[in-house]
Amino acid sequence: MTRFWIGAGAVIAIGLLLAVTDIIANSFWFFAAYVVLQYVVLATAWNIMGGYMGYVNFGSAGFFAIGAYTAIVLYNLVKAPLLVMIPLSGIVCGLMGLGMGYLTLRLRGVYFAIGTLALAVVLETLMVNWDYVGGATGAYVIRPRTLEPFGDYVKFLTFVMLVLAVIAVAAARWIERAKFGRGLHAIRDDEIAAECAGIPTLRLKLIATTLSGFLMGIAGAPFPLYVGFVEPASAFNLAYAVNAIAMPMIGGTTMWAGPVIGALLLGTAQQIANVTISSELNLLIVGLVLVLFVTLAPEGIVGLVRKYFGRGR
Amino acid sequence: MTGETILAVEDLTMRFGGFVALDSVNAEVYEGERLGLIGPNGSGKTTMINCISGALGNYTGTVRFRGRDLGSLKPHRRTRLGIARSFQIPRPFRSQTVRENLAITIEYATGASGAERDDRAEEVLQSMGLGPRADAISAGLTQIEMRKLELARALAARPQLLISDEAMAGLSSNEVDELLEILFRLNESGVTIIMIEHIMRAVMRFSQRIVVLDAGKKIADGEPDAVVADPAVERAYLGD
Amino acid sequence: MFTFDLFWNALVAGALLGGFYAAVSLGLSITFGQLDIVNIAHPAFVILGAYIAYMGNEWWGFDPILTGLVAAPVFYAIGVGVYRFYYEAFERRDDEALRGLAFFFGVMFIVEVVLIMAYGVDFRSVQAPYIGGNWEIGTIGIPTRMFVPCMVSIAMFAAVYTYLARTFTGRAILAVSQDRLALELMAADPVRVKQVGFGLGIGTAAIAGALLIIIIPIEPSVGRLYIGQVFAIVVLGGLGSISGTLVAALILGVAESLVSTFYGPSWAPAVAFSVLLIALAVRPQGLFGR
Repeated sequence: MTRFWIGAGAVIAIGLLLAVTDIIANSFWFFAAYVVLQYVVLATAWNIMGGYMGYVNFGSAGFFAIGAYTAIVLYNLVKAPLLVMIPLSGIVCGLMGLGMGYLTLRLRGVYFAIGTLALAVVLETLMVNWDYVGGATGAYVIRPRTLEPFGDYVKFLTFVMLVLAVIAVAAARWIERAKFGRGLHAIRDDEIAAECAGIPTLRLKLIATTLSGFLMGIAGAPFPLYVGFVEPASAFNLAYAVNAIAMPMIGGTTMWAGPVIGALLLGTAQQIANVTISSELNLLIVGLVLVLFVTLAPEGIVGLVRKYFGRGR
Repeated sequence: MTGETILAVEDLTMRFGGFVALDSVNAEVYEGERLGLIGPNGSGKTTMINCISGALGNYTGTVRFRGRDLGSLKPHRRTRLGIARSFQIPRPFRSQTVRENLAITIEYATGASGAERDDRAEEVLQSMGLGPRADAISAGLTQIEMRKLELARALAARPQLLISDEAMAGLSSNEVDELLEILFRLNESGVTIIMIEHIMRAVMRFSQRIVVLDAGKKIADGEPDAVVADPAVERAYLGD
Repeated sequence: MFTFDLFWNALVAGALLGGFYAAVSLGLSITFGQLDIVNIAHPAFVILGAYIAYMGNEWWGFDPILTGLVAAPVFYAIGVGVYRFYYEAFERRDDEALRGLAFFFGVMFIVEVVLIMAYGVDFRSVQAPYIGGNWEIGTIGIPTRMFVPCMVSIAMFAAVYTYLARTFTGRAILAVSQDRLALELMAADPVRVKQVGFGLGIGTAAIAGALLIIIIPIEPSVGRLYIGQVFAIVVLGGLGSISGTLVAALILGVAESLVSTFYGPSWAPAVAFSVLLIALAVRPQGLFGR
């Protein structure tokens, strides 16, 4: 048992305790925590491709939304329970990620990034025109009001998202330490040289894009139950794509802790700004902070901390 | 002095659109040999290397390594089989240290891990004289250090055949000698070497045999002295 | 339902739309195609231009095209400033690929949110004498609010094309990313050349924006949809080919118009992005690329 796993276990235990008891009675805090945790998953998933492998995905919102829409389809078909929706949404988005991985055969760098943006818009158009999932007007999902032993259903959703976040972070941390992660790092630095160093670049890229897609899908799966009503404009909201990039960039893209720190800071700040100021202003802040960090602190918060407190790993 | 055929290139042809970069080239390389591959700019040397190493997969003709047709095998599979190359313009993993550059190559190309991987990385570092720079980030290396890292990384893959693509361009005469010495030592340890080079002094000193390409065709193949005296080679370099 | 009347109408409408797309893509064709700067914020600048035309029209009753022409030098200056910043922060550190992209992504987002804060998400439009007219040629209708922007767009395209082909600085802009040696022989400073080129690219956005708001009412987030169009056009036209951009703009305009007429307008956004995906996957060098 390493410190990481003890910490992860403690986080889940505390989360469970808060979710089943009434220590925090006001469910607003759970609504807010849910969003922040969802961003931890999204940012971590983005970073597997963007940070470790160096392929920028502008289409995170597309993956997130398809995760949500898969859940809606399952709900419409068989009223599937959440714990079935999550893995299936993950698999659908994982397959999409696999497809995106094959795109890397033809597209590198900037072209790949633009391609992902295009993919998200094509998916959005498909959903707008697909009446089964509500088309442009959207679809309702009835959320159970309570679930024992959690009480309020939102507490349960928040706890589920916490577990998903821990899974995502654990996956990222594993990659970072594995031979697989070192291979991705080499691909980020120089793909051709990596191939000549004996690294099966295509296979590694496919695994990474599939995993990244899977994690984005599971982040989106509980979304319909959380909001109760899904329309293309909310599921494909640009805010997801921007945050998925901004959070790792701000936290730092080289370590699993980067996206987590970025998501916690930026996600919490946005939740506070949403209530106290306006939702527009809070998005403006995200944009400004992103530009600021990209320009002045390309290594993110993790990089800054390393710089000022020694460079231990 | 040299053994059986390690690499055979048969009717190798590579087209880019309408341009024929390699035109049915036939050549063999023998086990333990030091082969020089020369030719004017644009004669197809680097294209040939790219076909052998697999970077260009859509050639016609055959590349055989130890009798095995490499077909459309990907570069990383060829590296694992024992064909390693260095790049003309060094392509280190820029954000990683010199040691990490070697470790990752050893890990993937030879499958070694843990202490075995680290020992081998250390071994290559020492043999290339990169020991003092082992923990420097590779983006900050000097020209000669970059070239050494390029060769070191190829060595880390434990090649049976090493292809050195203009490792010496732009280096001082002392530095050229230093790299030559490294390559000689390698060859003595049993590695077959193909050297592509513009610096004739280095090629002549190093090669046991020289193959000359011109406009995608092989125009000469033989002992260095004979090749240089060949009127066809002279024409290729000086023009009519 | 297919009729030839619908078809010809869609074709003409598409050609007019394509003419307008040429104006929107021209700037990106210079900044991305010639200078290798991935300015995904370009459509955001177009929307900014549209709002300036809107302000001039709403407050003082100025003609939107006139406002666009007046705003163009200001946009040029903004472009020069943005490029200088980009150069200092990314290009000079040889770090432009990933972070530069994220930078422009952030800029796009900032422009959009600032416009939302200033004007909200309601659709805005302008008044001008040539909006609302319609010429009939046989059964084909030509709305003047499409015709005028198309003509202005082509005039601007021709002017910029001539500038790039005929002047010293223009030729330097065309050479800067492909042939550094030629540039050195011309004794031109690449940073200054790129600065002018980028300024020019952003300058065209002011006019393109004015044309946009003549054609259709806008709100801040429509800019994002144009990312697909402009990149599809520039990639399809072949990066680095200015004339290819014009042809690709016309092709895309016609394709969108046909899809919108025969399959419904809700499918139109997918056309550009599908063309882009296919163009990227099958022929990244574009129709007219090298």
